[in-house]
Amino acid sequence: MPLKVGIPRALFFYYYYPLWKRFFENLGAQIVVSPPTNKSIIDAGIKCAVDEACLPVKVYYGHVTALKNKVDLMFLPRLVSLERKTYICPKFMGLPDMIRSNVKDLPTVIDTTFDLSKNSSSIYRPAREVGHFLESRDRIIDQAWDDAEEFQKEFEDRLYKGHLPCDVLDSLEKGKELPVTCNMKRMCVAVVGHAYNLYDTHISMDLIRHLKNMGVKVITPDIIPTAVSDAYANRLPKRMFWTMGKRLLGSVLHYIDEGKVDGILYVEAFGCGPDSMIEDLSARYVRRDRKIPFQVLTLDEHSGTAGVMTRLEAFVDMISWRGVS
Amino acid sequence: MKVTFPHMGTMWVPVKTLLEELGMDVVIPPPSTKRTLSLGTRFAPEFICMPLKINLGNFIEAAEKGADTIVMAGGVGPCRFGYYSRLEKEILDDLGYSMEMIIIEPPEKHFIELVHKLGKLKKCSPLKALSAVRLGWLKCCVADNIEKKVEKVRAREKNPGSADTVFNRALEKLDYVRTRKDVLDVQKEVLEELDSLVSETSRQIIRIAVVGEIYTVLEPFVNHNLERHLGRMGAETHRSLYLSSWVNDHILNGFFDIEGTEEACKLASPYLNHMVGGHGRETVGSTVLYARQGFDGVIQIAPLTCGPEIVAEAILPEVSQRERIPIMTIYVDEQSGEAGLLTRLEAFVDMIYRSKQNSKKLTAVKGL
Repeated sequence: MPLKVGIPRALFFYYYYPLWKRFFENLGAQIVVSPPTNKSIIDAGIKCAVDEACLPVKVYYGHVTALKNKVDLMFLPRLVSLERKTYICPKFMGLPDMIRSNVKDLPTVIDTTFDLSKNSSSIYRPAREVGHFLESRDRIIDQAWDDAEEFQKEFEDRLYKGHLPCDVLDSLEKGKELPVTCNMKRMCVAVVGHAYNLYDTHISMDLIRHLKNMGVKVITPDIIPTAVSDAYANRLPKRMFWTMGKRLLGSVLHYIDEGKVDGILYVEAFGCGPDSMIEDLSARYVRRDRKIPFQVLTLDEHSGTAGVMTRLEAFVDMISWRGVS
Repeated sequence: MKVTFPHMGTMWVPVKTLLEELGMDVVIPPPSTKRTLSLGTRFAPEFICMPLKINLGNFIEAAEKGADTIVMAGGVGPCRFGYYSRLEKEILDDLGYSMEMIIIEPPEKHFIELVHKLGKLKKCSPLKALSAVRLGWLKCCVADNIEKKVEKVRAREKNPGSADTVFNRALEKLDYVRTRKDVLDVQKEVLEELDSLVSETSRQIIRIAVVGEIYTVLEPFVNHNLERHLGRMGAETHRSLYLSSWVNDHILNGFFDIEGTEEACKLASPYLNHMVGGHGRETVGSTVLYARQGFDGVIQIAPLTCGPEIVAEAILPEVSQRERIPIMTIYVDEQSGEAGLLTRLEAFVDMIYRSKQNSKKLTAVKGL
């Protein structure tokens, strides 16, 4: 019987699922992913997390709860930093400790620290630490990791061709065909936000599908190659020290520079620390340019579909009154 | 060039001295008031943490008094404070205040870098810059020494409020003197004066520690005079953070051997095993430390939505249970009011008195 490794369908699942899946499978484990977020998962999360935590973190708690009795190992990595001198956010850095304090009866937890903020740090060290839960030979683990990284790169290349992560992940899990990317000339709205909010259809109230149903072409920062958003972020007068912040703000600067999108919809979770600044800077830079309509949507567990829909419709109507079909 | 800087507790005393000794013309922002906060709230992002809102209000009010240059600390994350200076500059630019912003980033290796940087500001010799830093640092330490004493005297004074009157007068005296000897004389004189305020009759005292995010811990305007209220309720207070230890840890790279947060960081494990930015790890570790030192309760205070403190808050209930110490978390923002806080403090203090009475641990003490 292969060991079952649980991966919560939340937070960095939406960025790194292909990598993790391939890595664990290469090491002979069976992957168990929690079901898509639903009401009972959110309720479970809200019950054990502190009130002040942001919605995506509460959702993560919910997914951990949903998985804890079904797996032998729970993958809850401590993601500190994915690149030099840059961090994710304080809550990610404390997440395994928070979960351990607040969720009882956990299986064995893989809480390896991924910290690439220092020059010398290598990805193989934490990768081996994770691998040792399943395999003792370093050589095999390194190979498994290299292969998984290759697979992750394929995933990212597909994003950069214009496919949204939700579609690519769907095709990966269910073996579905990728929808054709549409280049028709119609209204194009950039939905800017963290992947774990945008593509979790329960958190985002499925707003991407709603926009598509209104005839809007949706693009997101995830389909912009990192090199491009980084180059724009480097123009900032002060170095941005959050990975996601760099990505989102860099993308917004890219949209302003290119002038091709008809509107920017910024989606943030209530209480998100970095976004409280990134959203304001984005709005500020867009406003100085005075060309692209900009709307902010703040989501938390009290948001309702009706309210979100009304605002989406108003935003799309406003753009079409400006003469965009 | 008229230089200003943000308020944070007693920080204005040493910083004013430092900048003036460097030869600059200094405008201190008016003390933070409701107006300061309203100005900040109006122009800052809605969901930003409260200290930025007050910073911004301070800068605008200082500009009204003629300031045209701001000295502000920088940072390298992951706490939002690291990006404060940049965002504040953008907001002031958009509002039409064309103020220059001098950002002091933490030195990479040694605090002498800072001395050189300061010297360049006003083109004064490194020697003069060094002596300015020394005098500023001394005032910073003296202000903290006095405040530490005040925290004890408040719970024991004959006339409620007298310790704070002496404290405020002491800060003015400290601001006025200009030599190291005079600074030390002020310290001696004030500490003696504080001793004389202590009541002769014995009183039941409890000890409460205040931990959390530095700005809310240090700034009485933001924490609604938390320590003063606790003092009047008969609680002696101690903080996990003082300005001098923060400056030593973050700006002087631990140059001086004074009480810092190193031990607290170690004690945070096994509850919290990694730094989380801001003072999250220190909050958890200090709570453990205070529990083991026999404090009767811990109050965590932070601005609403502060990430590092949310991590700590999630972990503190476990610390409370395992280390057997009552903990209360308080978040503040522009909606907070003093009356609400007072009710919660009274309840917390009453609870501690009650549990000590039940276990017969409550004894009256006389003197300091």
